[in-house]
Amino acid sequence: MSELLNVKIDGKSYQFHKGDTILKACKQIGLDIPTLCYLEGISEEGSCSLCVVEIKGIKTLQRACITEVAEGMEITTNSEAIHEARKTNLELLLAHHPLDCMTCDKDSDCVLQDLAYQFGIKKSQFLDEKDTFSCPIETAWDTNLFIQFDPQKCILCRCCVGACENQAVVEAIGIAMRGYKSVVSTPFNLALEQTNCQFCGACVQACPTGALIEKPRIGKGKIFKFKKTETVCAYCGVGCNLALYKDKNDKLVMARGVTNKEPNRGRLCVKGRYGYEYVNSFERLTKPLIKEDGIFREASWEEALDYTANRLLEIKEKYGPDSIGVLGSARCTNEDNYIIQKFARAVVGTNNVDHCARLCHSSTVTGLGKAFGAGAATNPISDIENADVMFIIGSNTTETHPVIAQFIKENKKKRGAKLIVCDPRNTDIAKYADIFIQHYPGTDVALLNAMMKIIVDQELTDKEFIANHTEGFENLLKALENFNLDDASKITGVDKKLIEEAAIVYAKAPNSMIFYTMGITQHHVGVDNVLSIANLALITGHIGKEGNGIDPLRGQSNVQGACDVGVLPDVYTGYQMVTDEFARKKFEDFWKVDLPKNTGYAVSQFGDLTLEGKLKAVYTMGENPMVTEADVRHVKESLGKLEFLAVQDIFLSETAEIADVVFPAKAAYEKSGTFTNTERRVQLLRPARNPSPSVKDDWKIVCEVATRMGYSMHYKDEEMIWNEIREITPSLKGITYERLEENSLQWPCPDEAHPGTKILHYNGSFKRPNGKALISGVEFHPPIEIPDDKYPFILTTGRMLFHYHSRNETRRVKVLENFVPENFVEVNPEDAEDLNLKNKDMVKIRTRRGEIVVRVKISTKPKKGVIFVSFHFSETNANILTINALDPEAKIPEYKACACAIEKF
Amino acid sequence: MESEKIPAVDKEIRKWGTKHESLIQVLHGTQESLGYLPEEVLTYIAKKMNVSLSKIYGVVTFYNFFKLTKDAEHVITTCLGTACYVKGGEAILNALCNRLDIKPNEITKDGRFTVRTVRCVGCCGFAPVMVVDGKDIHGKLTPETAIDILEKYM
Repeated sequence: MSELLNVKIDGKSYQFHKGDTILKACKQIGLDIPTLCYLEGISEEGSCSLCVVEIKGIKTLQRACITEVAEGMEITTNSEAIHEARKTNLELLLAHHPLDCMTCDKDSDCVLQDLAYQFGIKKSQFLDEKDTFSCPIETAWDTNLFIQFDPQKCILCRCCVGACENQAVVEAIGIAMRGYKSVVSTPFNLALEQTNCQFCGACVQACPTGALIEKPRIGKGKIFKFKKTETVCAYCGVGCNLALYKDKNDKLVMARGVTNKEPNRGRLCVKGRYGYEYVNSFERLTKPLIKEDGIFREASWEEALDYTANRLLEIKEKYGPDSIGVLGSARCTNEDNYIIQKFARAVVGTNNVDHCARLCHSSTVTGLGKAFGAGAATNPISDIENADVMFIIGSNTTETHPVIAQFIKENKKKRGAKLIVCDPRNTDIAKYADIFIQHYPGTDVALLNAMMKIIVDQELTDKEFIANHTEGFENLLKALENFNLDDASKITGVDKKLIEEAAIVYAKAPNSMIFYTMGITQHHVGVDNVLSIANLALITGHIGKEGNGIDPLRGQSNVQGACDVGVLPDVYTGYQMVTDEFARKKFEDFWKVDLPKNTGYAVSQFGDLTLEGKLKAVYTMGENPMVTEADVRHVKESLGKLEFLAVQDIFLSETAEIADVVFPAKAAYEKSGTFTNTERRVQLLRPARNPSPSVKDDWKIVCEVATRMGYSMHYKDEEMIWNEIREITPSLKGITYERLEENSLQWPCPDEAHPGTKILHYNGSFKRPNGKALISGVEFHPPIEIPDDKYPFILTTGRMLFHYHSRNETRRVKVLENFVPENFVEVNPEDAEDLNLKNKDMVKIRTRRGEIVVRVKISTKPKKGVIFVSFHFSETNANILTINALDPEAKIPEYKACACAIEKF
Repeated sequence: MESEKIPAVDKEIRKWGTKHESLIQVLHGTQESLGYLPEEVLTYIAKKMNVSLSKIYGVVTFYNFFKLTKDAEHVITTCLGTACYVKGGEAILNALCNRLDIKPNEITKDGRFTVRTVRCVGCCGFAPVMVVDGKDIHGKLTPETAIDILEKYM
């Protein structure tokens, strides 16, 4: 604790810590000091001079925000002189500010307006009647779709610059020019979209006036006409807390990051800030649909539910329960997902229940489960600031987990942490790396083994940790014995020296954290990749402490939760194995029904099973396998052969289009319930708008079908379902809705007094039977398809910032869709020259499974010989090309590498 | 970036280091060698010194000294300080501008001349005064003598 100082404020004596500013001190004692430019941790430059106070012994007034308290200081915060000075300063700011509050969208959402009201300023005495204030007519912000800037309303408080620098850590804007000409600008007044701006809108949220505003919000009304609801973002797994605003017509019109709350502390990305619009779409499903003679007709709920229950019963009777497959969704709540897996197991009687985690992190659940006994992220996002080295492999973090990327960049910038990035593409985050390793897709094990070879040879291992907390180190040593660094360099296409440097930096640092995503998991050796990562952390002891651990970044808002509540073919809630007789008995008693004994099939096997005639019906809640599965033509062919396909969704997705029955569901922003984010944090959702009265909660639809199939499922609300989950799931037992209202909690949380678990495997106590982690010997296996004469390129697929998964939401968000309206293929400049390709040429990409025609974007992101296509566009679906080569254990397809050919179209 | 410009920047960075405090010195020195600070040079400095381009742009536009565009080969500064003004400084300015067919601060199409104004060069006894290329001071001018001097540089 720092030294305490005696300070008098307005005649009363207080004690404050050394280093506190006067403003902070005043806040602590509940004194309200007016500020315009001050945002803690974001903008603390002291430019507005509204917070001035008197200090005894100093002739001039001092700014409270940048003056620290000192021993014996006597401060006056309110006197006539102070009031006059503040008023004058405010009037100076208002000298050029248009007084058009009546037509300003920021009316009542404006600090400047509030202060003018407070100080009773109708018109500034310095009002610039001749308008000599020079204001740029054209600004860098004019052409972009997301943010409007009105320099006339700007008071140059620098909050936006601070937000861009300290929150987004992008630094796309700054203050240019001087004096009267000062203006917030991009370098050289370049259009915002030509800078590295990510359109996260942190600047807009920081702006205390009407100068910066979200363009889609303009003309939608004033804030006092809106209703605000705090809920959780429905996109990626970061689980940002956001406040959604709806207008009187129940349309969502604005989003803001919730400040001072984990995990995002006020930050958002472009999808969080702008991506709510799909909820308002006129394309939303509102009535159940039944297909007759190949055409959908609207049906009543009764009819559609009866029809579905009868069809499922018929098929179950005729072919047995295992002829039915059930899909939950990582975009639905824990409550929805618990109900759907209960439906599969207790009502249908099959363990064929799965969801899209199969396609993203099933390798993690399997791999980390094997190594540590628990397949989840070990450390919270807030722990990034404790890491000295951040090792990112196979993660395009800036685009896929933008807010986590902001924290990573912040840790590098503010605390000087080192950043190592390994990725086949030179992504945005790679540009910030101290060490960037651009290896070939599918060569991760070779790269990681090479690093471990160096660590072992140079005796950089943590011998004590290995001895006390692990087993199987000898297997790794054996696997590394015949491993040669020159071969590794050849396989990965990376200089030996660079690998060595990365290995040493990672191993030697006191605190190192690993982050990875699909670049690791989406391979036919996904589990091997994950085991190698676990090996790296284990042999260096970089796990089970603050700033040390492995964070697989989960891709969807509730992918962690959907796994936790058992939407997987081999486990019940809390990863209790279906093959474990004790667990099965427990669930049989709890659900009062006999349960199937065998492990079910994975979604990536559904296609083959259907073609073999083993799978006859599929029940899908919010998933779109017709776009997202590998080798999607094969899936299309097989799903077409199903006798019955039922879909619950918010839109008529590509999968819904081929269904026999479609139920309209609520969107995430209309739901109550819980999401569990990438760091195991369970958070409460609150409905931000009322949906059409004819749509239902996903769990309610499933319950209705279940009840009609003869197994009564009735719940009053989401909380009742959650309490049932708690009762049967030890790791979630202590997490109640009541506690969540106060604060989110990270599992495991075994009882209601438990504070939740920030860091897993703390001090090396692993969840495996003997308490020790498993180190495995992993051999390198190349991707199933390697380039040859016929298919000379490696195709890798992935995401982009402005769209999301099968694009069912983001294509219905105007600004996002207009910003990136079509798919493209990234081709390295050297390859483009060889193929005689120019930017925007159309090319045909062929693999052994199919072909697509797509536009060229010449880019230095992929390495020579590698091309990249995003998978968001069903019209030019990358998954027509991808290979359904599955990891033998995790059953995840190899989305990240296959051989392809590319030619001018 | 055009490779011939890199050595000039590297020389300055070697001299002053990459600490943020050295930014102005590096910019100063680079401009002295190159005559101005083109966009690609600033981008290079930003990367080398790990300062954001927006911050560098802020510094460069704050100080009048820094130039983002190539200056004219010859810069003629006419004084409009009190003494020069009284003694007909404006007529000198107009004469020069007319002769070159430009407005103040513009650069002639061939890039050779520009005419600027200044508020006193500190030799009021010689008013009206003009300075060529920051070093050659000419005093007690008439529009005609000013043109004569100009034509010597043409």
